[in-house]
Amino acid sequence: MTEKKKSQLSILFSVIALIGIAIVLFCVNRFTPPTFMLRTVLQLGAIYALVAVSMNLLNGFTGLFSLGQAGFMAVGAYTFAIFTIPVSSRPGVYYLYGVADWLKNIHLPILAGLLAAGLVAAVLAALIGAPVLRLKSDYFAIATLGFAEIVRIIVGSTPMNRVTNGSLGLKMIPKFPNFYFPFLISGICILIIALLLRSSYGRAFKAIREDEIAAEAMGINLAKHKQMSFIISSFFAGIGGALMGMFLGAITSTTFNITLTYNILLIVVIGGMGSMTGSIISAFLVIAAREWWLRFLDQSTYIGSFHVPLLKTGFRMVVFSIILMIVVLFFRKGIMGMKEFNWNFILNRLDKKDPAASAGGEGNE
Amino acid sequence: MSNTVLSVQDVTMQFGGVVAVNNLSLEVHEGEIVSLIGPNGAGKTTAFNVITGVYAPTNGAVDFHGKQIICNHPKGKMDKLYAGENKGKYKKTLEPTPDKITKLGIARTFQNIRLFKELTVLENVLIAKHMRMKANIFTDTFLLSWKEEKQMKEDALELLRILDLYDVRNEIASSLPYGKQRHLEIARALATDPSLLLLDEPAAGLNPQETDELTAFIKRVRDQFHLTVFMIEHHMNLVMDISDRIYVIDFGKLIASGTPNEIQNNQKVIDAYLGVAEDD
Repeated sequence: MTEKKKSQLSILFSVIALIGIAIVLFCVNRFTPPTFMLRTVLQLGAIYALVAVSMNLLNGFTGLFSLGQAGFMAVGAYTFAIFTIPVSSRPGVYYLYGVADWLKNIHLPILAGLLAAGLVAAVLAALIGAPVLRLKSDYFAIATLGFAEIVRIIVGSTPMNRVTNGSLGLKMIPKFPNFYFPFLISGICILIIALLLRSSYGRAFKAIREDEIAAEAMGINLAKHKQMSFIISSFFAGIGGALMGMFLGAITSTTFNITLTYNILLIVVIGGMGSMTGSIISAFLVIAAREWWLRFLDQSTYIGSFHVPLLKTGFRMVVFSIILMIVVLFFRKGIMGMKEFNWNFILNRLDKKDPAASAGGEGNE
Repeated sequence: MSNTVLSVQDVTMQFGGVVAVNNLSLEVHEGEIVSLIGPNGAGKTTAFNVITGVYAPTNGAVDFHGKQIICNHPKGKMDKLYAGENKGKYKKTLEPTPDKITKLGIARTFQNIRLFKELTVLENVLIAKHMRMKANIFTDTFLLSWKEEKQMKEDALELLRILDLYDVRNEIASSLPYGKQRHLEIARALATDPSLLLLDEPAAGLNPQETDELTAFIKRVRDQFHLTVFMIEHHMNLVMDISDRIYVIDFGKLIASGTPNEIQNNQKVIDAYLGVAEDD
């Protein structure tokens, strides 16, 4: 089989898979009750997939270990909420402090709000990027972590009362217009990141991850490329945050605390640092496990008259931590390692004579 | 010889109180293969790092094709500590980062191979071509500059074909045998379109047969790509065989320069360096 034929077949399989996913989503939407867990898991999974991929762009592909994702999500979510809460429901939302005057009559449609969420997060990333990106590895992680906390505290602080509603948080955030909305937005964003990573700039990011000194000696402007990666990652984290706001309907500053960053990090590590498809798969797995499959760990259970020990509220998180430790200790590369999902396993079976396993990533859900 | 490609002037590199390179001046002319030799710790790699912008020199200047690209003088606390010569001769401060130097046309390889290990051979070469790209991140992401991408890929494949790496183009770089990795590092440096190639111990860790191959390889590359080569090397067979001229440094200072013949018979060099490398 020639390489050309292989790539054609890969595209064909990908299209079939996409149609398959679309049909599954359609069936889920059509035939399950609105409160069914699978719906929640899929929607939340899609949001987490986007945020995880954006974090992976920075941590796994550019080699910058950032822990600021929750901060940028908060910025995105708040930007989105502030501009899209319907003008008519604002008095109800800001019932205690009132709305800032400049904000009173600004209202954006949902898509513009999403874009604004991304842009504000990106601008903020550009501002803090210049000083923070000079730091190396652990120091960079600490600085971004600190940034995320600062954002959270500023957003919930009293001087911001008339904009962010302070510690009361914002509610009445527009919900998803339909069931498919988060999948569509996440899909588009992830596709853009996939395209970026296969471009020459994506290769430059990977070069920085592999060896900074060599990358610089090959003419790659480190400061500029790190900055680009940081801004783009934050842009999509901002959109992810906005989607999260839409999903929840109400946000406070504690929604975006440090645990959120760790949850995303968990997804990225389990999926594999440096694998987009890994992040996507693990986002759905982790969310499904956390919200659905492992729920029983939080409820005290009786088998006959035997009270199963340990099972009580919070135990789920203990199990989760243990899973993370096991992954880090024994499966350091995660589900996918640095590889992307591709159709070679089928293609090679179709054509046993050709042992070449060339890379041909399929980069969307 | 004709034009001067690289001219290092009075370069001193001092780390705290340690003078790693002391008042080094040398010249490399167009089309030459020039070697820099000396005992371990003599400051050869430091000199390379100054030329490629990894370190800003404490004092001195570097010209490339007659244009000053690096210049510095002792400042701040170095002003008091400075132990070298020619203080006050240079007034300007010009400290470009390594990527700017590479863009000007100076490419380098590393003493301990620094390939992009997890990436394929082709990707390694493509990355080196990235800086010459005209497309910005948006047009490149949204496939609007696919023509340029395609051209880049063709050029990279052509380069791999010339350098006999075409067959392994889809292999992961770290899976190549050591000798091939050396070749790939040179190929990657060539992909940046240099006019001057700096090789830092290209034959380190190679067996005699591989060293002979490398000698032929470097000569071929120089002729085919019309390059000037400046290299650090310890294999005296390779150095004497390939070099047009040789510079010898010891304790950061230039102790001799000349043709291979002159160097072999220079008493100072024999005392400092060649004498101990008799078994080579």
